[in-house]
Amino acid sequence: MRLAVPSAAGRRGRGAPYALALPGGAWLLLFFLIPILAALSVSLQTGNPVNGFQLTWHFGEYSTAISMYGTQFVRSFEYGAISTGAAFLIAYPMAYWIAFHGGRHKSTYLFLILLPFFVSFVIRTLAWQFILSDQGFVLTTLEKAHLIPAGTHVLSTPFAVIAGLTYNALPFMVLPLYVAIEKIDRRVVRAATDLFARPATAFLRVVLPLSAPGIFAGFLLVFVTNVGDYVNASILGGPGTTMIGNIIQNSYLNDLNYPMASALSSILMAGLLIVIFLYARTFGAATLQEYASA
Amino acid sequence: MSTVTVKQPTAPPVPAAPRPRIGVRRLGRFILPAYTWLVILYTVVPIGVMIAYGFNQAPSGRLTFSWLGFTTQWYQQVFDIPDLTAALEHSLELAFGSTAIALLLGTPLALALARYRRFRARPPIEGTIFLDIAAPSVVVGASLLSFFISLNIARGLVTILIAHVAFNIAFVTVVVRARVTGLDRSLDKAAADLGANPWTAFFKVTLPLIFPGIVAAGLLAFAMSIDDFIITQFVAGQTVTFPLWVYGAVKVGIPPQVFVMGTLIFLGGIILAILNAIFQRRSPAV
Amino acid sequence: MSENTPEQHDHLDPALVRGLTSPRYSRAQFLRSAGAGAAGLTLSGVLAACGVSGTAATGKKQSGTDWAAWWKKQKKQGVLDFANWPLYIDTSHGQHPSLNQFHKATGITVNYSEPIQDNQSFYAKISPTLQAGQSIGYDIIVITNGWQLTELIDNGWLIPLDHSQLPNFYKYAGPLFKNPNYDPGNKYTVAWQSGFTGIGYNPKLTGREITSVQDLWDPKFKGHVGMMSDNTELGSVGLLALGIDPATSKVSDWNKAAKILQKQRNQGIVRQYYDQSYIKALENGDVWITQAWSGDIFQANASGSPDLKFVVPKEGIMHWTDNMMIPMHASHPVDALAWMNFYYQPKIAAEVADWVNYITPVPDAKQILMKSDPSVGKSPLVFPTSQMKAAAHEYYVFQNYNEYNTWNGVFNPIIQS
Repeated sequence: MRLAVPSAAGRRGRGAPYALALPGGAWLLLFFLIPILAALSVSLQTGNPVNGFQLTWHFGEYSTAISMYGTQFVRSFEYGAISTGAAFLIAYPMAYWIAFHGGRHKSTYLFLILLPFFVSFVIRTLAWQFILSDQGFVLTTLEKAHLIPAGTHVLSTPFAVIAGLTYNALPFMVLPLYVAIEKIDRRVVRAATDLFARPATAFLRVVLPLSAPGIFAGFLLVFVTNVGDYVNASILGGPGTTMIGNIIQNSYLNDLNYPMASALSSILMAGLLIVIFLYARTFGAATLQEYASA
Repeated sequence: MSTVTVKQPTAPPVPAAPRPRIGVRRLGRFILPAYTWLVILYTVVPIGVMIAYGFNQAPSGRLTFSWLGFTTQWYQQVFDIPDLTAALEHSLELAFGSTAIALLLGTPLALALARYRRFRARPPIEGTIFLDIAAPSVVVGASLLSFFISLNIARGLVTILIAHVAFNIAFVTVVVRARVTGLDRSLDKAAADLGANPWTAFFKVTLPLIFPGIVAAGLLAFAMSIDDFIITQFVAGQTVTFPLWVYGAVKVGIPPQVFVMGTLIFLGGIILAILNAIFQRRSPAV
Repeated sequence: MSENTPEQHDHLDPALVRGLTSPRYSRAQFLRSAGAGAAGLTLSGVLAACGVSGTAATGKKQSGTDWAAWWKKQKKQGVLDFANWPLYIDTSHGQHPSLNQFHKATGITVNYSEPIQDNQSFYAKISPTLQAGQSIGYDIIVITNGWQLTELIDNGWLIPLDHSQLPNFYKYAGPLFKNPNYDPGNKYTVAWQSGFTGIGYNPKLTGREITSVQDLWDPKFKGHVGMMSDNTELGSVGLLALGIDPATSKVSDWNKAAKILQKQRNQGIVRQYYDQSYIKALENGDVWITQAWSGDIFQANASGSPDLKFVVPKEGIMHWTDNMMIPMHASHPVDALAWMNFYYQPKIAAEVADWVNYITPVPDAKQILMKSDPSVGKSPLVFPTSQMKAAAHEYYVFQNYNEYNTWNGVFNPIIQS
């Protein structure tokens, strides 16, 4: 039963939220939303760097983009999906254990997981190049122990790129999972076992579904970041691992082919939004919102 | 209030839930913890490599993959490469600048979203913030570049700053908003009841209460800015920031100073995080 | 009793994690903002209707200037901003002796930087600034002969040199470097270093001598062959492998070359398409044989990899020249000329050549090096033999943007797919 206190908003006037939101909102509008739309319009231009580009509403760029780089698009979504799945599989048991059994040291564990955050992303990936190089510690040790044939190389393969993507994704996956699992009322799980559920069943039918908001958040952060990434492919990859991010970056910064680059960028964005909404639809985002205590 | 306790009808005795079988206990007690530590180790390995190779000898001035011997010379010669030092300076300037601006713009935005349940602009603003965090860096960077090109704006430090603020606002808003949401509104109303005008109420009551949130948001924004690579690469023009310099040097061989600086930034970040943790613990959580 | 008390994760701001885990956005909200987005589209459509201007326009503006008079008005400023490729000047303990001597002789302070990784990306970086009529912050830049250099000249983005201030160039530069076909009369450029693109390999790993460009296609080296990511280099070596001279090749030749390059890739022979980092891969054994620049191999030999060899295959090698030039709107043009003139003294050219180990444009440096560092003085990589010169081919010169675009379209998919 709410007390009948005149709401602060009512007294200060309805303009207050707009006034507060204006500076930030304006910046976002001008330097985030409008550019995204500007990029869309650039994709409809034709021309070349010498003579300039003009807006001609030429949609052909999109079909050219897909026919030339369809492979890279598919590959990027593949790598994104695999690395997200791998990150999820690695992160979940850990998030579960820390949330349920971490005890007093929860903060410490999480802090350790987040440590990579404090090292520059480029340096992290570079360090992996050192570690995975043919002359590096890992490969030479494995070769000496005859676990892998001599002359195996890890760098320049899809494995290296996906491994890099997974590694960078871990903190972003662990954190939301941890928070979601941590929120689960332990009594519910206890109730399940009281009702003679086996531990596996309790996990699959109680814990896992209740952690769904965390899974969604983790998936969102990781999948989107990884599909569009190009740094891992550039430092750790080789022929046959080029991702769509590399193509976009090259088109913008080297070829100066702005219409193609914008078309690629728009297609990527659209593709990601479709995947996100399909995911949300399948797992019932509307009900997730009710679960999550915003 | 009466202290009458109502007697609950006693429930029929229920057999105790069976204890988890031994296998599962082993899972909980040994395998999962071991697994967690293994993953943590895996997480930490590249950091170890970075710290270690900062002490590696490098006669040609560029690091090789093999260990040549221990030396602390690079810690003494950290600022010997003028380009690299300038790049680091740029990164720090941008981080401080964009954090400050993002805090100034994002905090009121967070207040608006948290305090006012219904206003027309709310859904698009929430959507934009969601999009800002969710959109891939490639797309955001590419769009900003398209925008600057269309308007013939020269790319440089200013455009990088604009870009960094654009994504930092979203992070700041999210963090501060959650903090504001967690606050007890009655304190604010009490201040109003005591005759404070909105500004006084804000500066003397609200702001101190949300300050830990602002600090956390500031740290996050700082970290995001100093580490940003993809968006920066698109809008930097000829300006070079620390991540850009490192990426460029990868092709030819990085000088050890890169790992030294990375180590110093790492240590700095850890100290800040620890300080933040202490700070959060000691400030009143309402 | 709940076990999830708030304090346990308060070192991470709960704010952030709540923000991360609560999806607040439903489909309806998205559709509503999509409507707003459509409105914005028309707005930005208006914005972008002006389009993006091209580079050709700026070229026409510069043609009317009286450069002789302009140069007379310029004065020495005491500062020089010199942009170059990495590892391309004499370096000793973090210092550059030749630059130090220049400072001693003229009092000019040199701000030396190495931002140039490849011609295409550097050109892409500076072209918007030049197009806007602004200074790029450098007085001297070093660009290889090729499409980007042609563009810089055609767009009027280079300041014509005042030859009266370059007596050393005319006195000491080798005949190869005077009046090159890409810059007749040295109107805008003087050579910095020159080099060959041939094949570098490690005989211990390849197991045999390398004699032909076709060896890059040898299935025995599967997964250990390096090719260049610069599509001009890649395409040219493909043409050489077919016995075609790149300078006189036609589009049909390019397609043939692309076919065999694609085959090489499909068979998994190529380890990676490298920019300058191929030398690292060769040094640490990731690749056994690769396209290589002559000077890099020499440097590698001197710094810990004496086994690596550079070979002139029987089909030939590519010859290129890196040139110094003064970009338009440079702040210190007279200081730039002072350096160019200083560099062409045999003594100084020898110092630089001794470290960089590419082909120096000053033949008289050879006598100096024979005494001070005979290993360099005798090296055919620094002072090429007439046989090498005979085996050298020039790159194809693009006549216009369309040709350049066609070449890109033919060879980029090999690198990028």
